[in-house]
Amino acid sequence: MGPLVVYEVISQNTNLLLAFFIGIGFGFVLEQAGFSSSRKLAGVFYGYDTVVLKVFFTGAVTAMIGLLFFSLFGWIDLSYVYVNETYLTSSILGGVIMGAGFIMGGFCPGTSFCGAAIGKIDAMIFIVGLFIGVFIFGEGYPLWEEIYKAAYMGTPRISEFFGISEGLIALLVIIAALLMFWGGEWAEKKFPREEY
Amino acid sequence: MSEIKKSKYMNPYLAGVLLGIVVLAANYISGRSVGASGAIKSAIVASVETVAPKHAETALFYKEYSQGHTGNPLNNWLVYQMIGVLVGGFLSGVISKRLTWKVEHNPRIKSRTRLWFALGGGILFGLGSQFGRGCTSGSALSGMAVLSLGGFISMMAIFGTAFALAYFFRKLWI
Repeated sequence: MGPLVVYEVISQNTNLLLAFFIGIGFGFVLEQAGFSSSRKLAGVFYGYDTVVLKVFFTGAVTAMIGLLFFSLFGWIDLSYVYVNETYLTSSILGGVIMGAGFIMGGFCPGTSFCGAAIGKIDAMIFIVGLFIGVFIFGEGYPLWEEIYKAAYMGTPRISEFFGISEGLIALLVIIAALLMFWGGEWAEKKFPREEY
Repeated sequence: MSEIKKSKYMNPYLAGVLLGIVVLAANYISGRSVGASGAIKSAIVASVETVAPKHAETALFYKEYSQGHTGNPLNNWLVYQMIGVLVGGFLSGVISKRLTWKVEHNPRIKSRTRLWFALGGGILFGLGSQFGRGCTSGSALSGMAVLSLGGFISMMAIFGTAFALAYFFRKLWI
Protein backbone atom coordinates (compact mmCIF):
# COMPACT_ATOMS: atom_id res chain seq x y z
CA MET A 1 0.00 0.00 0.00
CA GLY A 2 1.29 3.44 -0.87
CA PRO A 3 2.53 6.01 -0.21
CA LEU A 4 5.42 3.69 0.60
CA VAL A 5 7.07 6.06 3.06
CA VAL A 6 3.85 6.65 5.01
CA TYR A 7 3.27 2.89 5.38
CA GLU A 8 6.93 2.49 6.38
CA VAL A 9 7.68 0.15 3.49
CA ILE A 10 10.74 2.33 2.97
CA SER A 11 12.72 4.38 5.50
CA GLN A 12 13.07 8.17 5.55
CA ASN A 13 16.62 7.90 4.21
CA THR A 14 15.53 5.65 1.36
CA ASN A 15 12.83 8.19 0.63
CA LEU A 16 15.45 10.93 0.25
CA LEU A 17 17.56 8.70 -1.99
CA LEU A 18 14.54 7.95 -4.16
CA ALA A 19 13.82 11.70 -4.33
CA PHE A 20 17.16 11.99 -6.13
CA PHE A 21 16.12 9.33 -8.67
CA ILE A 22 12.67 10.87 -9.12
CA GLY A 23 14.49 14.14 -9.83
CA ILE A 24 16.65 12.42 -12.46
CA GLY A 25 13.51 11.15 -14.17
CA PHE A 26 11.88 14.58 -13.93
CA GLY A 27 14.91 16.43 -15.31
CA PHE A 28 15.50 13.85 -18.05
CA VAL A 29 11.93 13.98 -19.32
CA LEU A 30 11.78 17.80 -19.22
CA GLU A 31 15.02 18.10 -21.19
CA GLN A 32 13.98 15.44 -23.72
CA ALA A 33 10.74 17.34 -24.28
CA GLY A 34 12.68 20.53 -25.06
CA PHE A 35 11.95 22.36 -21.78
CA SER A 36 15.62 23.37 -21.56
CA SER A 37 14.89 25.93 -24.27
CA SER A 38 13.24 29.26 -23.38
CA ARG A 39 12.34 29.67 -27.03
CA LYS A 40 10.23 26.51 -26.94
CA LEU A 41 8.70 27.37 -23.56
CA ALA A 42 7.69 30.90 -24.56
CA GLY A 43 6.31 29.53 -27.85
CA VAL A 44 3.03 28.56 -26.24
CA PHE A 45 2.19 32.23 -25.63
CA TYR A 46 2.63 33.09 -29.32
CA GLY A 47 1.39 29.83 -30.83
CA TYR A 48 4.56 28.85 -32.73
CA ASP A 49 5.41 26.00 -30.33
CA THR A 50 2.87 24.58 -27.90
CA VAL A 51 5.06 21.85 -26.40
CA VAL A 52 4.44 23.29 -22.90
CA LEU A 53 0.71 22.84 -23.22
CA LYS A 54 1.01 19.29 -24.59
CA VAL A 55 3.58 17.99 -22.13
CA PHE A 56 2.18 19.78 -19.09
CA PHE A 57 -1.43 18.70 -19.58
CA THR A 58 -0.59 15.17 -20.76
CA GLY A 59 1.55 14.86 -17.63
CA ALA A 60 -1.12 16.21 -15.29
CA VAL A 61 -3.84 14.02 -16.86
CA THR A 62 -1.65 10.88 -16.78
CA ALA A 63 -0.75 11.38 -13.13
CA MET A 64 -4.35 12.23 -12.21
CA ILE A 65 -5.79 9.13 -13.91
CA GLY A 66 -2.96 6.99 -12.50
CA LEU A 67 -3.65 8.14 -8.95
CA LEU A 68 -7.40 7.56 -9.29
CA PHE A 69 -6.84 4.00 -10.58
CA PHE A 70 -4.15 3.28 -7.97
CA SER A 71 -6.69 4.37 -5.36
CA LEU A 72 -9.44 2.26 -6.93
CA PHE A 73 -7.21 -0.83 -6.90
CA GLY A 74 -6.28 -0.16 -3.27
CA TRP A 75 -2.62 0.45 -4.07
CA ILE A 76 -2.49 3.93 -2.60
CA ASP A 77 -4.31 5.73 0.19
CA LEU A 78 -5.04 9.15 -1.27
CA SER A 79 -5.78 10.58 2.17
CA TYR A 80 -2.02 10.36 2.89
CA VAL A 81 -1.03 12.04 -0.35
CA TYR A 82 -0.02 15.66 0.06
CA VAL A 83 -2.55 18.17 -1.24
CA ASN A 84 -1.32 21.75 -1.25
CA GLU A 85 -3.13 24.25 0.90
CA THR A 86 -5.31 26.80 -0.82
CA TYR A 87 -4.91 30.42 0.27
CA LEU A 88 -7.01 32.12 -2.37
CA THR A 89 -5.47 35.63 -2.28
CA SER A 90 -1.81 34.67 -2.29
CA SER A 91 -2.42 31.83 -4.71
CA ILE A 92 -3.79 34.24 -7.31
CA LEU A 93 -1.27 36.99 -6.49
CA GLY A 94 1.61 34.50 -6.67
CA GLY A 95 0.35 33.08 -9.95
CA VAL A 96 0.09 36.55 -11.49
CA ILE A 97 3.65 37.45 -10.43
CA MET A 98 4.91 34.08 -11.69
CA GLY A 99 3.11 34.54 -15.02
CA ALA A 100 4.88 37.89 -15.50
CA GLY A 101 8.18 36.22 -14.63
CA PHE A 102 7.44 33.44 -17.11
CA ILE A 103 6.88 35.72 -20.12
CA MET A 104 9.89 37.91 -19.23
CA GLY A 105 12.32 35.15 -18.30
CA GLY A 106 11.14 32.35 -20.58
CA PHE A 107 11.59 29.73 -17.88
CA CYS A 108 9.94 28.44 -14.76
CA PRO A 109 12.09 27.20 -11.85
CA GLY A 110 12.15 23.49 -12.80
CA THR A 111 12.85 24.13 -16.47
CA SER A 112 15.58 26.68 -15.70
CA PHE A 113 17.51 23.95 -13.85
CA CYS A 114 17.18 21.76 -16.96
CA GLY A 115 18.46 24.55 -19.18
CA ALA A 116 21.34 25.25 -16.80
CA ALA A 117 22.21 21.52 -16.78
CA ILE A 118 22.96 21.62 -20.52
CA GLY A 119 24.83 24.92 -20.41
CA LYS A 120 22.20 27.57 -21.13
CA ILE A 121 23.59 30.77 -19.63
CA ASP A 122 20.22 32.54 -19.76
CA ALA A 123 18.85 29.71 -17.58
CA MET A 124 21.67 30.17 -15.06
CA ILE A 125 20.96 33.90 -14.82
CA PHE A 126 17.26 33.09 -14.35
CA ILE A 127 18.23 30.84 -11.41
CA VAL A 128 20.25 33.69 -9.88
CA GLY A 129 17.06 35.74 -10.17
CA LEU A 130 15.04 32.99 -8.45
CA PHE A 131 17.36 33.09 -5.44
CA ILE A 132 17.11 36.89 -5.28
CA GLY A 133 13.32 36.70 -5.53
CA VAL A 134 12.95 34.16 -2.73
CA PHE A 135 15.38 36.18 -0.59
CA ILE A 136 13.36 39.37 -1.17
CA PHE A 137 10.22 37.50 -0.11
CA GLY A 138 11.95 36.27 3.05
CA GLU A 139 13.35 39.65 4.03
CA GLY A 140 10.13 41.51 3.29
CA TYR A 141 7.94 38.80 4.85
CA PRO A 142 6.49 40.95 7.69
CA LEU A 143 5.19 43.39 5.04
CA TRP A 144 3.10 40.78 3.25
CA GLU A 145 2.49 38.16 5.90
CA GLU A 146 -1.14 39.24 6.16
CA ILE A 147 -1.78 38.87 2.41
CA TYR A 148 0.16 35.60 2.41
CA LYS A 149 -2.14 34.09 5.03
CA ALA A 150 -5.43 35.63 3.88
CA ALA A 151 -8.47 33.70 2.60
CA TYR A 152 -7.39 30.28 3.84
CA MET A 153 -9.61 27.55 2.43
CA GLY A 154 -7.95 24.41 3.77
CA THR A 155 -6.83 21.70 1.36
CA PRO A 156 -9.88 21.19 -0.85
CA ARG A 157 -9.80 18.96 -3.90
CA ILE A 158 -11.59 20.55 -6.83
CA SER A 159 -14.13 17.69 -6.74
CA GLU A 160 -15.02 18.49 -3.11
CA PHE A 161 -15.21 22.20 -3.85
CA PHE A 162 -17.75 21.74 -6.64
CA GLY A 163 -19.42 18.76 -4.98
CA ILE A 164 -19.04 16.41 -7.94
CA SER A 165 -17.26 13.07 -8.17
CA GLU A 166 -13.53 12.78 -8.81
CA GLY A 167 -14.19 10.65 -11.88
CA LEU A 168 -16.40 13.30 -13.47
CA ILE A 169 -13.84 16.04 -12.75
CA ALA A 170 -11.15 13.84 -14.29
CA LEU A 171 -13.28 13.35 -17.40
CA LEU A 172 -13.84 17.12 -17.71
CA VAL A 173 -10.11 17.77 -17.33
CA ILE A 174 -9.37 15.19 -20.03
CA ILE A 175 -11.89 16.79 -22.40
CA ALA A 176 -10.43 20.25 -21.68
CA ALA A 177 -6.93 18.90 -22.34
CA LEU A 178 -7.96 17.31 -25.66
CA LEU A 179 -9.53 20.60 -26.79
CA MET A 180 -6.34 22.45 -25.88
CA PHE A 181 -4.21 19.91 -27.76
CA TRP A 182 -6.36 20.43 -30.80
CA GLY A 183 -5.97 24.21 -30.41
CA GLY A 184 -2.23 23.82 -29.96
CA GLU A 185 -1.79 21.76 -33.11
CA TRP A 186 -3.84 24.32 -35.02
CA ALA A 187 -1.80 27.25 -33.64
CA GLU A 188 1.53 25.66 -34.57
CA LYS A 189 0.40 25.43 -38.21
CA LYS A 190 -1.03 28.94 -38.15
CA PHE A 191 1.93 30.78 -36.51
CA PRO A 192 5.14 28.97 -37.52
CA ARG A 193 8.49 30.63 -36.73
CA GLU A 194 12.04 29.88 -37.76
CA GLU A 195 14.24 28.48 -34.99
CA TYR A 196 17.19 30.43 -33.62
CA MET B 1 5.28 26.14 -44.36
CA SER B 2 6.63 22.62 -43.89
CA GLU B 3 10.19 23.77 -44.73
CA ILE B 4 10.56 25.31 -41.23
CA LYS B 5 13.36 23.37 -39.58
CA LYS B 6 12.84 21.79 -36.22
CA SER B 7 15.21 20.31 -33.64
CA LYS B 8 14.69 16.70 -32.64
CA TYR B 9 12.91 16.41 -29.36
CA MET B 10 10.81 13.63 -27.92
CA ASN B 11 7.20 13.47 -29.06
CA PRO B 12 5.46 15.86 -26.61
CA TYR B 13 2.59 13.50 -25.80
CA LEU B 14 5.01 10.65 -25.06
CA ALA B 15 7.07 13.03 -22.90
CA GLY B 16 3.86 14.05 -21.15
CA VAL B 17 2.96 10.44 -20.34
CA LEU B 18 6.48 9.86 -18.97
CA LEU B 19 6.23 13.07 -16.93
CA GLY B 20 2.91 11.83 -15.55
CA ILE B 21 4.54 8.53 -14.58
CA VAL B 22 7.28 10.43 -12.71
CA VAL B 23 4.63 12.40 -10.79
CA LEU B 24 2.67 9.21 -10.12
CA ALA B 25 5.82 7.44 -8.87
CA ALA B 26 6.64 10.36 -6.57
CA ASN B 27 3.15 10.24 -5.07
CA TYR B 28 3.22 6.44 -4.72
CA ILE B 29 6.67 6.35 -3.14
CA SER B 30 6.76 9.56 -1.11
CA GLY B 31 3.16 10.73 -0.90
CA ARG B 32 4.16 14.01 -2.49
CA SER B 33 5.24 15.26 -5.83
CA VAL B 34 7.85 17.19 -7.73
CA GLY B 35 8.69 20.81 -7.03
CA ALA B 36 11.45 23.26 -7.70
CA SER B 37 10.96 26.51 -5.79
CA GLY B 38 10.83 24.72 -2.42
CA ALA B 39 14.44 23.61 -2.88
CA ILE B 40 15.50 27.21 -3.50
CA LYS B 41 13.69 28.29 -0.34
CA SER B 42 15.60 25.60 1.61
CA ALA B 43 18.87 26.84 0.15
CA ILE B 44 18.08 30.46 1.06
CA VAL B 45 17.11 29.51 4.63
CA ALA B 46 20.29 27.43 5.00
CA SER B 47 22.44 30.28 3.65
CA VAL B 48 20.93 32.89 5.94
CA GLU B 49 21.24 30.55 8.95
CA THR B 50 24.95 30.12 8.15
CA VAL B 51 25.87 33.68 7.16
CA ALA B 52 23.66 35.60 9.60
CA PRO B 53 22.50 33.21 12.35
CA LYS B 54 21.26 36.09 14.56
CA HIS B 55 19.11 37.43 11.77
CA ALA B 56 17.73 33.94 11.05
CA GLU B 57 16.68 33.64 14.70
CA THR B 58 14.79 36.91 14.77
CA ALA B 59 13.38 37.41 11.27
CA LEU B 60 9.89 35.95 10.97
CA PHE B 61 10.29 34.11 7.63
CA TYR B 62 13.23 32.01 8.85
CA LYS B 63 11.67 31.52 12.29
CA GLU B 64 8.49 30.12 10.75
CA TYR B 65 10.54 27.83 8.52
CA SER B 66 12.52 26.36 11.42
CA GLN B 67 9.30 25.89 13.43
CA GLY B 68 7.91 23.75 10.63
CA HIS B 69 11.10 21.79 9.89
CA THR B 70 13.74 19.91 11.86
CA GLY B 71 17.41 19.43 11.04
CA ASN B 72 19.42 20.98 8.27
CA PRO B 73 17.18 22.74 5.72
CA LEU B 74 19.28 21.22 2.93
CA ASN B 75 18.54 17.65 4.10
CA ASN B 76 15.20 17.91 2.36
CA TRP B 77 13.24 15.83 -0.18
CA LEU B 78 12.96 18.67 -2.69
CA VAL B 79 16.67 19.50 -2.46
CA TYR B 80 17.69 15.93 -3.34
CA GLN B 81 15.08 15.89 -6.05
CA MET B 82 16.41 19.12 -7.61
CA ILE B 83 19.98 17.77 -7.58
CA GLY B 84 18.49 14.84 -9.49
CA VAL B 85 16.89 17.26 -11.98
CA LEU B 86 20.33 18.72 -12.75
CA VAL B 87 21.76 15.22 -13.24
CA GLY B 88 18.78 14.04 -15.32
CA GLY B 89 18.81 17.16 -17.51
CA PHE B 90 22.55 16.77 -18.02
CA LEU B 91 22.24 13.07 -18.96
CA SER B 92 19.51 13.92 -21.46
CA GLY B 93 21.73 16.64 -22.93
CA VAL B 94 24.60 14.17 -23.27
CA ILE B 95 22.44 11.54 -24.96
CA SER B 96 20.84 14.02 -27.36
CA LYS B 97 24.10 15.97 -27.92
CA ARG B 98 22.73 19.27 -26.67
CA LEU B 99 25.51 20.29 -24.26
CA THR B 100 26.74 23.73 -25.21
CA TRP B 101 27.44 27.06 -23.49
CA LYS B 102 24.91 29.36 -24.99
CA VAL B 103 22.73 32.39 -24.36
CA GLU B 104 19.65 31.40 -26.27
CA HIS B 105 17.94 34.49 -27.61
CA ASN B 106 16.00 35.91 -30.49
CA PRO B 107 18.52 37.30 -33.03
CA ARG B 108 16.54 40.56 -33.04
CA ILE B 109 17.58 41.34 -29.47
CA LYS B 110 21.04 41.52 -27.91
CA SER B 111 22.15 38.69 -25.68
CA ARG B 112 22.59 41.24 -22.88
CA THR B 113 18.91 42.20 -23.20
CA ARG B 114 17.97 38.53 -22.96
CA LEU B 115 20.03 38.13 -19.81
CA TRP B 116 18.56 41.21 -18.10
CA PHE B 117 15.05 39.93 -18.77
CA ALA B 118 16.07 36.45 -17.62
CA LEU B 119 17.28 37.98 -14.35
CA GLY B 120 14.12 40.05 -13.93
CA GLY B 121 11.90 37.11 -14.82
CA GLY B 122 13.75 34.93 -12.35
CA ILE B 123 13.33 37.48 -9.55
CA LEU B 124 9.59 37.73 -10.22
CA PHE B 125 9.19 33.96 -10.48
CA GLY B 126 11.10 33.46 -7.23
CA LEU B 127 8.98 36.05 -5.44
CA GLY B 128 5.72 34.75 -6.92
CA SER B 129 6.53 31.13 -6.08
CA GLN B 130 6.61 32.06 -2.39
CA PHE B 131 3.21 33.76 -2.51
CA GLY B 132 1.89 30.81 -4.52
CA ARG B 133 3.45 28.25 -2.13
CA GLY B 134 4.97 26.49 -5.10
CA CYS B 135 5.72 27.08 -8.75
CA THR B 136 4.62 25.51 -12.01
CA SER B 137 5.92 22.14 -10.78
CA GLY B 138 5.06 22.09 -7.11
CA SER B 139 1.79 23.97 -7.17
CA ALA B 140 0.32 23.70 -10.67
CA LEU B 141 1.48 20.30 -12.01
CA SER B 142 1.59 18.41 -8.72
CA GLY B 143 -1.56 20.12 -7.51
CA MET B 144 -3.55 19.27 -10.62
CA ALA B 145 -2.47 15.62 -10.37
CA VAL B 146 -4.14 15.35 -6.95
CA LEU B 147 -7.09 17.53 -8.10
CA SER B 148 -6.11 20.27 -5.65
CA LEU B 149 -8.18 23.45 -6.02
CA GLY B 150 -5.04 25.50 -5.32
CA GLY B 151 -3.22 23.70 -8.13
CA PHE B 152 -5.86 24.65 -10.68
CA ILE B 153 -5.93 28.26 -9.45
CA SER B 154 -2.12 28.51 -9.70
CA MET B 155 -2.12 27.02 -13.18
CA MET B 156 -4.77 29.42 -14.44
CA ALA B 157 -3.17 32.47 -12.81
CA ILE B 158 0.33 31.66 -14.17
CA PHE B 159 -0.67 30.82 -17.73
CA GLY B 160 -3.46 33.42 -17.87
CA THR B 161 -1.11 36.23 -16.83
CA ALA B 162 1.64 35.13 -19.21
CA PHE B 163 -0.88 35.06 -22.08
CA ALA B 164 -2.26 38.46 -21.09
CA LEU B 165 1.23 40.01 -21.04
CA ALA B 166 2.58 38.16 -24.11
CA TYR B 167 1.80 41.05 -26.43
CA PHE B 168 3.94 43.49 -24.43
CA PHE B 169 6.99 41.23 -24.42
CA ARG B 170 6.64 39.94 -27.99
CA LYS B 171 9.91 41.56 -29.13
CA LEU B 172 11.79 39.21 -26.82
CA TRP B 173 10.48 36.10 -28.53
CA ILE B 174 9.14 36.69 -32.04
